[in-house]
Amino acid sequence: MSEPVSTVITALISPTQERASAGLMGAGQRLSETVGAEHVVVACGPEDSESASGLAHGADRVLLVRSPALVRDRQEVWLQCLTRMGSELNPAAIVLGNDALSQEITPRLAHRLGGASIGDAQTLTAEEGHISITRSVYGGKAMAKVKLQGTPAVVWVRAPSMDPARGRATPGQIEEWDFATEPEMKIQLLETQMDAGEGDRLEDARIIVSGGRGLGGPEPFEKLKELAKVLKGQTAASRAACDLGWAPHSWQVGQTGKKVAPQLYLASGISGASQHIMGIADSKAIAAINTDPNAPIFKHCQFGLVEDFHQVIGPLQEKLAELLA
Amino acid sequence: MNILVCLKQILDPEVPARDFSLARSHLQADPTCADLVTNIFCENALETALQLRDRHGGRISILSLGPASVEDTLRKGLAMQADAAFMILNDTGHLPDSAATAKALAAAIGKLDRLDLILTGHESGDWGAGQTGGLLAEELGLPFIAFVDEIEETGPDRLILRQQNDSGWQKFSAPMPVVASITNSDHNLPRIPKIRDIILANRKPITSWSLGDLELSPDLFLPEHLLVRVTELTIPQAKGDCAFIEGATKEEKIGKLAEKIAAIARSI
Ligand SMILES: Cc1cc2nc3c(=O)[nH]c(=O)nc-3n(C[C@H](O)[C@H](O)[C@H](O)COP(=O)(O)OP(=O)(O)OC[C@H]3O[C@@H](n4cnc5c(N)ncnc54)[C@H](O)[C@@H]3O)c2cc1C
Repeated sequence: MSEPVSTVITALISPTQERASAGLMGAGQRLSETVGAEHVVVACGPEDSESASGLAHGADRVLLVRSPALVRDRQEVWLQCLTRMGSELNPAAIVLGNDALSQEITPRLAHRLGGASIGDAQTLTAEEGHISITRSVYGGKAMAKVKLQGTPAVVWVRAPSMDPARGRATPGQIEEWDFATEPEMKIQLLETQMDAGEGDRLEDARIIVSGGRGLGGPEPFEKLKELAKVLKGQTAASRAACDLGWAPHSWQVGQTGKKVAPQLYLASGISGASQHIMGIADSKAIAAINTDPNAPIFKHCQFGLVEDFHQVIGPLQEKLAELLA
Repeated sequence: MNILVCLKQILDPEVPARDFSLARSHLQADPTCADLVTNIFCENALETALQLRDRHGGRISILSLGPASVEDTLRKGLAMQADAAFMILNDTGHLPDSAATAKALAAAIGKLDRLDLILTGHESGDWGAGQTGGLLAEELGLPFIAFVDEIEETGPDRLILRQQNDSGWQKFSAPMPVVASITNSDHNLPRIPKIRDIILANRKPITSWSLGDLELSPDLFLPEHLLVRVTELTIPQAKGDCAFIEGATKEEKIGKLAEKIAAIARSI
């Protein structure tokens, strides 16, 4: 008789963001290898057979969940579906992404499976039969290693900044998983509103221009948008700027906001509080425009300009438009 | 409407990095390296509750788990005009994880009158696990919505909750009772209590329970019993090798900045 194989489940429940999905797949695959477990990827399907075969290149098994109720807004359905999978497959770990839905589900799924939950994992390891992760704590002022003493370990990771999965020589098996029962919906979705000016999600952006309280009002954020257009990038903001209503909340980057990993993060009028840095630390390069040469943001920068944003933005945009024409 | 807001007391998250230090155990921050404050998201939650009560009436209770010092957090909540305050005294010297916290909060909630709405902060400014709200909902067997920044009452038994998500927001209708974790927005900045209310709050009663009073095991918070256990804590160092752009004139500096940015943009 063969040993029962353990599994690591990667739950791709918001599959639209390429970079996040790739990073999540990678995190799940590497953890499954460390644990010596089968890598099972769960995704919505099977409408898009091309992406399913893509997933199979990073997994032993791909479970495409088919349910009429399974739209991503319905946390209840995913929760029940993953709970049932968790109890059938008895995984060592369930790895989720950092989208809002995954974050919302993580603690509840762990509780239903009698496991341990944690979020914002940057690295995952297995030691003495337990999963350990590292994460930033105290608003980014310290780094903790945390041992999950319950099984399964239900963990959401900073998906976009994780390395993608290694391609396998032989793709894994693709199976369909019917989840027919429509659970009773206690919570009903009434209305959805997208914030203006968001094309790609911030997590996928290669260049981000971001503004903070130092910009002094909502108008300069319009200028940031224009600069972003020139750079084919996205706009973001600090919590202070969002709380002041100068930028929509979906732009917030940091501990509570998005965790981004662009090639360039240009911060204007942002002091660089540790909670803000937590969201940008994975950027390839950070640059800043700030009037204060002692602003903590410069400690994290590759290059920086000590100047007033209002004096810089106009000529900078012109110059860049010229250089990138 | 009967609302409960859970409040966590934490080390001031705005403490400058140079003052931040670790306790001798190297498993938590030195509790004396900064002031103790109420977690900002918990205050956002209390503000959300206060605004609901301003519009629709009702009663707000606040609940905090922690050492004796959490009395300060509860007094501040009372000064912000919460109606009643409850504390679960943790004098074990151990820090609970989110799951043990949720268990203790749920046990205390079992002692209260029927609640219609239970709020937590989305995450705390110290450990920032962001798990307690969801775990508490499961402990209580109630529906849960995370990242809520606005709540409206509609009729006697349902609420409309607005959830911030990855690219905007969604509104949900939920039956009461419901648990929600609150995040920050431009309309739930916590109000500043008036001096008079601060003084009055000092005279209000606070109900305090021990773990035993809630029929919870004194071992609930022992590190080896936790589901999530901190095993190492370190302070990372910032690199600090920023190349400041120099130049004789502003134009020259802006030109150099543009070149650097363009070089990265071209390489993508
Ligand atoms: C639990 C918790 C979670 C948090 N989560 C987040 C988060 O997710 N994201 C986040 O951003 N913050 C977060 N914060 C808040 C964080 O601590 C800071 O308060 C916030 O980041 C400050 O925003 P800011 O840099 O825009 O403003 P400030 O700190 O006020 O900085 C403004 C900067 O602008 C500069 N400036 C002023 N005028 C000009 C000018 N004309 N031109 C150029 N520069 C100028 C100033 O020198 C200053 O450095 C969190 C805090 C807590 C407690």
